[in-house]
Amino acid sequence: MTIQTFDIDPAWHDVGAVTDIPERGSRRVATAQGDVAVFRTGDGQVFALVDRCPHKHGPLSQGIVHGHGVTCPLHSWVIDLKTGQPTGADAGKGCTPVVPVRVQDGRVLLAQPVMAG
Amino acid sequence: MTKEKLVVIGNGMAGCRAVEEILKRDPERYEIAIFGAEPRVNYNRIMLSPVLAGEKTFDDIVINDEAWYRDNGIALHAGRWVTGVDLEARKVLAEGGLEVAYDKLILATGSDPFRLPLPGADLSGVVTFRDLDDVDAMIAASAKPGARAVVIGGGLLGLEAAYGLARRGMGATVVHLMDVLMERQLDESAGYLLREALLERGVETVLGAHSEAIVGEDGKVTGLKLKDGRVLPCEILVMAVGIRPNATLAKASGLQVNRGIIVDDAMRTSDPAVFSVGECVEHRGNCYGLVAPIWDMCRALAEELTDGEGAYQGSVLSTRLKVSGVDVFSAGKFAGGEGCEDIVFRDAARGVYKRVVIEDGRVAGAVLFGDAADGGWYFDLMKAGTDVAEIRDTIIFGQAITEGLSGLDPSAAVAAMPDTQEICGCNGVCKGAITSAITAQGLTTLDDVRAVTKASASCGSCTPLVEQVIKATLGDGFKVQTGPKPMCKCTSHPHGAVREAILAQDLKSMPAVMQAMEWSTPDGCASCRPALNYYLLCAWPGEYVDDSQSRFINERVHANIQKDGTYSVVPRMWGGMTTPDELRAIADVADKYAIPAVKVTGGQRIDLLGVQKDDLPAVWADLNAAGMVSGHAYAKGLRTVKTCVGSEWCRFGTQDSTGLGIKLEKFMWGSWAPAKVKLAVSGCPRNCAESTCKDIGVICVDSGYEIHVGGAAGLHIQGTQLLTKVATEEEAIQLISAVMQMYREGGWYLERIYKWMARIGLETIHAATVEDLDNRAALFARFVKSQETAQVDPWAERASKGVEAGEFKPMATLPMGMAAE
Ligand code: SRM
Ligand SMILES: Cc1cc2nc3c(=O)[nH]c(=O)nc-3n(C[C@H](O)[C@H](O)[C@H](O)COP(=O)(O)OP(=O)(O)OC[C@H]3O[C@@H](n4cnc5c(N)ncnc54)[C@H](O)[C@@H]3O)c2cc1C
Ligand code: SF4
Ligand code: FES
Repeated sequence: MTIQTFDIDPAWHDVGAVTDIPERGSRRVATAQGDVAVFRTGDGQVFALVDRCPHKHGPLSQGIVHGHGVTCPLHSWVIDLKTGQPTGADAGKGCTPVVPVRVQDGRVLLAQPVMAG
Repeated sequence: MTKEKLVVIGNGMAGCRAVEEILKRDPERYEIAIFGAEPRVNYNRIMLSPVLAGEKTFDDIVINDEAWYRDNGIALHAGRWVTGVDLEARKVLAEGGLEVAYDKLILATGSDPFRLPLPGADLSGVVTFRDLDDVDAMIAASAKPGARAVVIGGGLLGLEAAYGLARRGMGATVVHLMDVLMERQLDESAGYLLREALLERGVETVLGAHSEAIVGEDGKVTGLKLKDGRVLPCEILVMAVGIRPNATLAKASGLQVNRGIIVDDAMRTSDPAVFSVGECVEHRGNCYGLVAPIWDMCRALAEELTDGEGAYQGSVLSTRLKVSGVDVFSAGKFAGGEGCEDIVFRDAARGVYKRVVIEDGRVAGAVLFGDAADGGWYFDLMKAGTDVAEIRDTIIFGQAITEGLSGLDPSAAVAAMPDTQEICGCNGVCKGAITSAITAQGLTTLDDVRAVTKASASCGSCTPLVEQVIKATLGDGFKVQTGPKPMCKCTSHPHGAVREAILAQDLKSMPAVMQAMEWSTPDGCASCRPALNYYLLCAWPGEYVDDSQSRFINERVHANIQKDGTYSVVPRMWGGMTTPDELRAIADVADKYAIPAVKVTGGQRIDLLGVQKDDLPAVWADLNAAGMVSGHAYAKGLRTVKTCVGSEWCRFGTQDSTGLGIKLEKFMWGSWAPAKVKLAVSGCPRNCAESTCKDIGVICVDSGYEIHVGGAAGLHIQGTQLLTKVATEEEAIQLISAVMQMYREGGWYLERIYKWMARIGLETIHAATVEDLDNRAALFARFVKSQETAQVDPWAERASKGVEAGEFKPMATLPMGMAAE
């Protein structure tokens, strides 16, 4: 499990409406440190991961979303959206960082990092 | 002794329930006053739906009549707005200058319906659905003969409003932004069944619809305009798009408010003398819109206010829809997810769909449609966190069966079932019928039992149970099933049966197929979804709407993904021919977008490799401007038509092979197929276009055109077989299109032509397309029809017509990095 911990509450950044993300689909958010993939699942939940497969860095935002997982477009590893961990036969082989995300009034908010002093 | 003064603001579900709970614990403690903005006693708001539908009257839904207030010494200020609270002086200020002092105050102000800020939202006839006045307005509108209603919002409230209005004789249409009704409670399968059930009850639904404006005349609403230009006429428009906690009063009084009024586990606000319950509350970040959590809150509050210790922990929710004859239940993580196991039961004949989601051996959620009798049982198991490993095999059949069999292992449980126990719901076969058929007729396999008794003949879901029955009856004599392979883990049906059913039963959407064929998963998997999407597209050209989320990325974005996440772009080069202008345009595009690699492909055209996703629409626009369209290098569909130079130049050429190749490609491009389809035309038997290793190849000879089928040169090298020889180009095009259409209609997803041919035989193809000329003409006609809607350049649609505009650019760009882990 990836544990999300913050010493201070992170600042949240509005990146768009939930409905901007197709159901069972994904959109990218470009950041200075590379893309973040934001997913919307069939049950309407929103998840965010760094857009980089633990295998060979495939862009997870381009995969097929099913259940709470995404199948990487390059070699079909299935990554758990909640934990960033590969599942099934590839479980335990690395991990994609999870980006804290929350939905408020239909808007998607991503956590901005707390500035390191 | 003077009593403490308790004032309640809000005479609704929460306010009055809180008072009831307090009176139950300590009837003597408080002198109580209740303020309510509505000029009436406390009634059951959730029953407004049956009132609207004419199934109940207002009197039926009153919870506490005037006598209750009187008998309990409660002062009711009905029809009076509270305008302010003075926290310092502990006083409530109401309309008409009334001031009432309190020792303890409860805010139960509920919520406000959300109004979309559409143009025309203030026209008369635009209403929300919250209180009796709204219901009265709707009933009045429905009295006009022929009046129509539009409801924006396909959630619980919107559907109940539309159903009620339809019951009152109005034509009612629900307009919903999402693709699934009640998407926060239902998965796609249940949403589909609900949509059908509503249609039977006179409620139409428009899904994926964006409202643009409310139109009107003389200050009155006359219709709703959608973004796609459609106008839905109506005399009344109901907005049921959600609610917002009503925290206005709390905020103005200086209490801490976020989305709702913030309370702790004792329901206490930021002021120690002020409490809050109901929809206006925000507890641990959650706001609720159903009554069950309100009952929990009111119990906690009553404990706290009568010297106990209030401890509200948040609530787990379940929902039922109140539309007569439509049984819907939903709770928890109804849509499952990674790490969850889905148990699905479908009964196509009875219109039943049940899905129970198991996580870590416990029920994590459930959605039931058509038979929701066990909803409460699943909800109890879920809330209690009961370990259900022991009853996993029978849990989907409900409480009665499961508890009847508890403590027994599956085979013993099956053995212990009474003969009258129904095993196969769809065909109504009970256990006794199966066991007697087995013994009387000496059946040994599942197939035998299926053929004789019909048990599990239409359905995957009872197959394990039927197998258990056979095992229990035969012991070791049971033979494990062989037979056609099912499409995937989600179904017991093979591809062929699914394709047949789509046509025979007029199944026109993915949920329709999954319900009719009793899929054992809620929304399929990565294998069956793309297959079904293709089958539906092929069966209902021009009618079925492609589901891009059921396509692999390449077909979704019309380019091939590369190892570094960039894309490759391959424009069509008809029959391998190009021009200096096209080459210049390709060179310009490569320069302009700094495309790192340009390569000639094995398919006689040019590949631009390493294009950034964001640049794709602009690259396409430039290529389109030079007259080039998508080469579908990514498609399960027509790829390339390779040609040689032929009689135009070659000293051996017998016919214009390049010209025929171009004609074929121009005629057939854009068509989707079970797998990729590659063609080639060679000008003579020297075969420089490698026609004999293509899906369909033409070899020109002096007397005409040899048509070859079933080649491939990939993983398995496969030479073609000769189908026939035809005399003219026209006939060649017609025959090839007919073969293509036959394959499109009969091939299984991912089955290339050579595999399809091995399965059905070259003779069958020959009989259907060469011997039977009427059939050839019919196949050709169907291909032509399909091409009418298939031949749209997907690049142009995305480059200049704004299709899937959001797909190619990031949804946001942030200057900094993001917190992770
Ligand atoms: C670009 C190209 C190689 C090249 O640089 O020449 C190519 C590239 C790929 N081929 Fe190919 N094939 C290319 C011509 C061929 C040919 C030659 C031909 O068409 O004459 C063949 C053998 C003929 C045949 O198809 O039978 C060929 C047989 C395959 C196969 C094996 C198919 C089979 O049924 O056995 C695959 C794998 C698959 O489709 O599952 C494949 C798959 C691929 C994929 C799509 C791999 C993938 O899934 O990403 C490659 C995509 C790269 C890209 O992004 O463009 N490619 N591939 C050629 C594009 C042709 C075009 O203009 O559209
Ligand atoms: C048509 C309909 C159907 C529903 N069906 C279901 C269902 O099937 N199942 C379910 O669980 N839930 C259902 N609900 C939701 C349920 O009714 C609400 O969750 C519940 O009523 C909320 O109770 P409440 O006391 O918080 O708010 P309310 O019942 O709205 O009570 C709040 C009261 O406070 C009054 N008020 C607000 N501000 C002031 C003020 N300043 N001064 C004086 N008075 C004020 C309002 O007039 C109102 O009477 C339905 C709701 C509707 C409208
Ligand atoms: S042969 Fe085809 S699939 Fe293999 S590396 Fe070359 S292009 Fe890719
Ligand atoms: S890069 Fe994701 S599976 Fe290989």
